[in-house]
Amino acid sequence: MLNIALPKGRLGEKVYSMFEKAGFACPSIRENSRKLIFENPEKGVRYFWVKPSDVAIYVERGAADIGVAGKDILLEYAPDVYELFDLDIGKCRMAVAAMRGFRDDPRKTLRVATKFTNITKNYYASRGRDIDIIHLNGSIEIAPILGLSDVIADIVETGTTLKENNLEVIETIVPISARLIANKAGFKFKSRQIETLTAALAADGGKND
Amino acid sequence: MQISSAVLKNDEKAILGLRELYQKYGYSQFKMSKFEPYDLYVRNKDFLVSENIITFTDADGRLMALKPDVTLSIIKNTPEATEFVQKVYYNENVYRTDAGGTFREIMQLGLECIGKTDTYCISEVLMLAAESLAFISEDFVLDISHMGIVSSLLDEVEASPVARAEILKCIGEKNVHGIMAVCRAENLDSEKLCALVTTYGDSETVLPRLDALRTPKTEAAINELTGVMETLEKCGFGSRIHIDFSVINDMNYYNGFVFRGFIQGLAAGILSGGQYDTLMAKMGRRAGAIGFALYLDMLEQLPSEAADYDVDTVLLYDGDSNMHALTEAIGLLTAGGKRVMAQRSVPEKIRYKQLLRLQERGVEIIENNA
Repeated sequence: MLNIALPKGRLGEKVYSMFEKAGFACPSIRENSRKLIFENPEKGVRYFWVKPSDVAIYVERGAADIGVAGKDILLEYAPDVYELFDLDIGKCRMAVAAMRGFRDDPRKTLRVATKFTNITKNYYASRGRDIDIIHLNGSIEIAPILGLSDVIADIVETGTTLKENNLEVIETIVPISARLIANKAGFKFKSRQIETLTAALAADGGKND
Repeated sequence: MQISSAVLKNDEKAILGLRELYQKYGYSQFKMSKFEPYDLYVRNKDFLVSENIITFTDADGRLMALKPDVTLSIIKNTPEATEFVQKVYYNENVYRTDAGGTFREIMQLGLECIGKTDTYCISEVLMLAAESLAFISEDFVLDISHMGIVSSLLDEVEASPVARAEILKCIGEKNVHGIMAVCRAENLDSEKLCALVTTYGDSETVLPRLDALRTPKTEAAINELTGVMETLEKCGFGSRIHIDFSVINDMNYYNGFVFRGFIQGLAAGILSGGQYDTLMAKMGRRAGAIGFALYLDMLEQLPSEAADYDVDTVLLYDGDSNMHALTEAIGLLTAGGKRVMAQRSVPEKIRYKQLLRLQERGVEIIENNA
């Protein structure tokens, strides 16, 4: 039985459709129910929905053999897993944004508000820029408006939220998309099933938009 | 004394069995101190699994460390031998931080071959690694890689140090799209590097496909890998031994063979090892070395024969009980193979088969659960 962790939400639904098309269907998942785990013994799959940022934990610790997680989560938490395929969906970018017209003064420590502390630290360390990290759990956009930080590092999809708050992207840190990840040990013992799935997804070219 | 295997936990069983196995092949136990000078670890910090070390000041003012690793101590404490191979095994506690950053005491069992290591020696260590895994569970996989092949291919495409590090990380993740992205950005030929990731499996599948990786620089390493795999094939592990280049160890320390062992039911590798001639050279030794370690604390996660009961019998007594009669009753019960716990009142959260009370006229049965 292949255990698959799917990220709750729209992205997860899209991912399931791709898996279904790849021959790993589990019809019960489409039924409206309060169940948490869905099984299709015929295809040898067991799906479950978890919080998107938790997918990597389920996979790293082996509760799920495979799962789908955003590259942002993989970069931030660096789980010890295989990253088998770029699903090319859930595309966005990790970017630095500031109030419109902001000018960076390199003589000062840059104050950066973010949810993604590690990605931000690594990015600025690679450019030798001294920063003061302010970890926030949400509503990052408000930080520069209130003067809590100079800039923010966050996920930008369309940029509408930024625009509405008089913010703009000043640098792109890294492009993000959803990735198929696998537990390293699980992969050894269920490689055939995982290979079949990856090959089918690749054949489909990830063109599901 | 005969020890019933039901008494032993998974890791204790493994320790006893594996020590016997290693001794059979002439490995002798290496006993070491719990501490080493801190200096030893600072100079080889990247070699350690976790950077954090518990330190304290010795009576003479030297900064000491509770050992986070065994291999460095073994290298330091084995006399130089260039003509033969020193074969040792160890069974030691090491002190490392876990993912959450707290220190843990970890039981590690492993072996090292130091000296004139040749192809036989390498094959023997790999065979013992496979035997060790097989002893713990029939359902195992031993992944073997050769750093010589990986580093030669990276040399050949002339990757910059940054790209090199990124590509290595991607190889470790089986991340083909990542390798292609780095190669595209740096204008490198990605074909052979991607082939490294997609070439994995048992010897039957992989050996014929290794030709795709053959270049003048990888030639020697591929021949060495092929030779060792053919020797291992004769050991009867079937398709449990895999070639997999995603096993990546730090190139500053490891060269040649690196390997990792997995067991069905455990989420991470339980065995890790490799050839570390480069580390030996860094420590001023002219010899070669290869070894591996097993993280036996992980065996806790495997299902063990679940004990339905904590004890067979709880025997109740009170202040008026005759101590002689109590000792005698316990003696009789244990002689009959029962696990007996004497208590003044029934303890909480203890599961027992039988509850007895010591009375003046003998033992009375109060409760029978079995």
